[in-house]
Amino acid sequence: MLTDEPVNKEEIERAKSEGKELTKEEKQRLRKEKKHHKKNKEKKDDKASQECEKEKKPVSTDAPVSQPPSQPTTQKAPSPVPTPAPVPVPASDAAVAADKPAKSKAELKAERRARQEAERSSKQGKKGDVGQPAPTSKPKAPPSELQPVVKRLPEHIQADNPDVLRKLAKKLERQQIPLRSDYGYKVSLFSHLHQYSRKAPLTQLLSIPSTVIHPAIVRLGLQYSQGIVAGSNARSVALLHAFKQVIMDYTTPPKEELSRDLVNKLKPYISFLNQCRPLSASMGNAIKYIKKEISYISSQDKEKEAKTKLLNCIESYISDKIIIAAIAIAKYSIEKISEGDVILVYGCSSLVNHILCEAFEKGIKFHVIVVDSRPRLEGREALRRLVKKGISCTYVLISAVSYILPEVSKVFLGAHALLANGYVMSRVGTSQIALVAKAFNVPVLVCCETYKFCERVQTDSFVSNELDDPDDLIVTRKGKTQLEDWQQVKSLGLLNLVYDVTPPDFVDLVITELGMIPCTSVPVVLRVKNVDQ
Amino acid sequence: MMDEEELVEYFRAQLREDPDIASAVAAIRTLLEFLKRDKGETILGLRESMKWATACLTGVDSSVAVSSGGELFLRFITLTSLEHQDLSRCKKMMEERGELFLEKISMSRSKVAKLCHTFIKDGAKILTHSYSRVVLRVLEKAAAEKKRFSVYVTESQPDSAGRQMAEALRKLNVPVTVVLDAAVGYVLEKVDLVIIGAEGVVESGGIINKIGTYQMALCSKTHNKPFYVVAESFKFVRLYPLNQQDVPDKFKYKADTLKTVQNLSEEHPIIDYTPPSLITLLFTDLGVLTPSAVSDELIKLYL
Repeated sequence: MLTDEPVNKEEIERAKSEGKELTKEEKQRLRKEKKHHKKNKEKKDDKASQECEKEKKPVSTDAPVSQPPSQPTTQKAPSPVPTPAPVPVPASDAAVAADKPAKSKAELKAERRARQEAERSSKQGKKGDVGQPAPTSKPKAPPSELQPVVKRLPEHIQADNPDVLRKLAKKLERQQIPLRSDYGYKVSLFSHLHQYSRKAPLTQLLSIPSTVIHPAIVRLGLQYSQGIVAGSNARSVALLHAFKQVIMDYTTPPKEELSRDLVNKLKPYISFLNQCRPLSASMGNAIKYIKKEISYISSQDKEKEAKTKLLNCIESYISDKIIIAAIAIAKYSIEKISEGDVILVYGCSSLVNHILCEAFEKGIKFHVIVVDSRPRLEGREALRRLVKKGISCTYVLISAVSYILPEVSKVFLGAHALLANGYVMSRVGTSQIALVAKAFNVPVLVCCETYKFCERVQTDSFVSNELDDPDDLIVTRKGKTQLEDWQQVKSLGLLNLVYDVTPPDFVDLVITELGMIPCTSVPVVLRVKNVDQ
Repeated sequence: MMDEEELVEYFRAQLREDPDIASAVAAIRTLLEFLKRDKGETILGLRESMKWATACLTGVDSSVAVSSGGELFLRFITLTSLEHQDLSRCKKMMEERGELFLEKISMSRSKVAKLCHTFIKDGAKILTHSYSRVVLRVLEKAAAEKKRFSVYVTESQPDSAGRQMAEALRKLNVPVTVVLDAAVGYVLEKVDLVIIGAEGVVESGGIINKIGTYQMALCSKTHNKPFYVVAESFKFVRLYPLNQQDVPDKFKYKADTLKTVQNLSEEHPIIDYTPPSLITLLFTDLGVLTPSAVSDELIKLYL
């Protein structure tokens, strides 16, 4: 199929330029090819975190002007079919001349394609391929910002759209990964998100031995879904180690190129892991990095060399972006911790714990207040680690936060991701703490490595989040389990959110390995990073 | 090779000769002279001695601008490829860049004045704090553009620098009133805009300035009056205070106080920190910036 691509592409382009009606077989072939193109493009970007605004980039000043006109025209098509992604066809992908003529040709192609698709689908009586175009965008071709970028939502936040579910099911079927079914009644505000039960892990549905999925990945998926590996850094590091294992055991099949085949091999793994537990922003960035490194492997390299190169890349990524970054962040943070400080931390952030331990070793005398919340009760782990070091700690639940805040001099928070508009995405409850701290005029410091910066923009916690197992909220006290039969009560829904977003007005300082920056400077760092790469 | 005494003497001489230049500019001139006379053998040694020289100068004048100016100077001159084998070639290059830097910053005040005076409308009533040469330049430019405005200046204890400002303004034929520091809230309802200089601009976009500035900023926020800050770009410093206490002691007190006094808690600080949420706009020679853009500029300057 892969080798057929260039040939079929030409045919498609020819057919499109001629604008003639295609025969049924040709149409089917076309559809298959398009699906493959789309699949490749989708996997290239991260599924979990790509809703970025390319319009922000300084290069694409024309793009926003051209995109709106192309979109409304296609939307007027009989069935709601948006401009399909493959318009930035792989050929034009690489050749980013980024001039106007290329763009308008692509636009015309897009319109013609849309017309053909409309006719095809109206004949089949089938609805559009993808979900409705949405205000948030998922650009298909990262380098070519000037091409008409298709507005598409990632699948994991469209759980209530039957077409998307059907498409997802088909894709997973093709990759031979079982589809995990949603569990329990979902609160209507969050019905667009998936909600799984921990008692039904994906691995039970897998056949043994699984030929498609590497055992290291299966193990990782199970660890994710059962919550054994939790926390942004831990998940990323575990993912990278599993990928290292995969690469070590990989052999290039004959007549295939390592750079392309390995990427294709990774796609079902990523789908599988996504089904076990939605990918975090940091994992998404790590995957993008690996895919980029794999694509840089030239076909001249021998397999052994290529593999060692990749393994070294992954090693250096972990070392630079996670371990050394933590040391740099600790160095900056220690300047902000003074004698006699009372520091409030929430939940268990590996980075914040590291900073506090380092500060303690430097001999600074301070007191820590650990705030915890149900149902995860992660604060207990943080408490255990800090007390083991010898730091004096207090433990409260989040309901007591306004009581204890007058005593606090600083708040240190970890982050799951930092969004491009300066919002901080972190464990649910973080924004509450930031809000109350602001009301008491206590400075809030967020510690975050730069590899967690993502180009997504989000202003509320609803649009993209994760729903955890609702059964976690059930608790047994004095022998009675009140919520045992919650499924029986029709009007009762249990909501176990995992993340929330904190606006930048509540955050005073973000400490990264590049230094201390205000929350509004995240896009600057992203820009500087993109320039570096 | 200049030793400490010569360095300090040269610095003081610069300040005496031209009382109108910023202390940071004088410091940079001194550092350039030091560079020219330096007899170091290695680039690293040169850097070390430059840092030592900057530290000496901050010992004389503990303002934020001197330390930030020194650091920026060092960055600017070393921001070129120093791959030449010959040390003297490198030094020559660094000296050239130093002259360039000095030239650029000598123009900065006029650039700032050019940007800011358009914000002063005819008939405006301006409030300002203490004695700032940049603000004076801005008001000069506005007066030269035949704008009619009146100025309220706070007395600014403990050194009554506000009176000096008032004198200078009277020479420009600008109607000026000196008010007590305590009367800021009282006078704000009559005022249209507030223009303040800065001793240092920090990473968060906030400023460090003569004590009393924070109060003025808080009051103008409540009264919804625009609070403008005028500062040259060499005052940008890589500091990030979270609150008043977080400002390092070395900036809070005069250099002599730091050297002589044992117990600093008895002394009154001479500067305070104004957070970025209270500032409307900053006028710098890099352009008109919002407080959140300051970090952007700093990253460009320092990274």
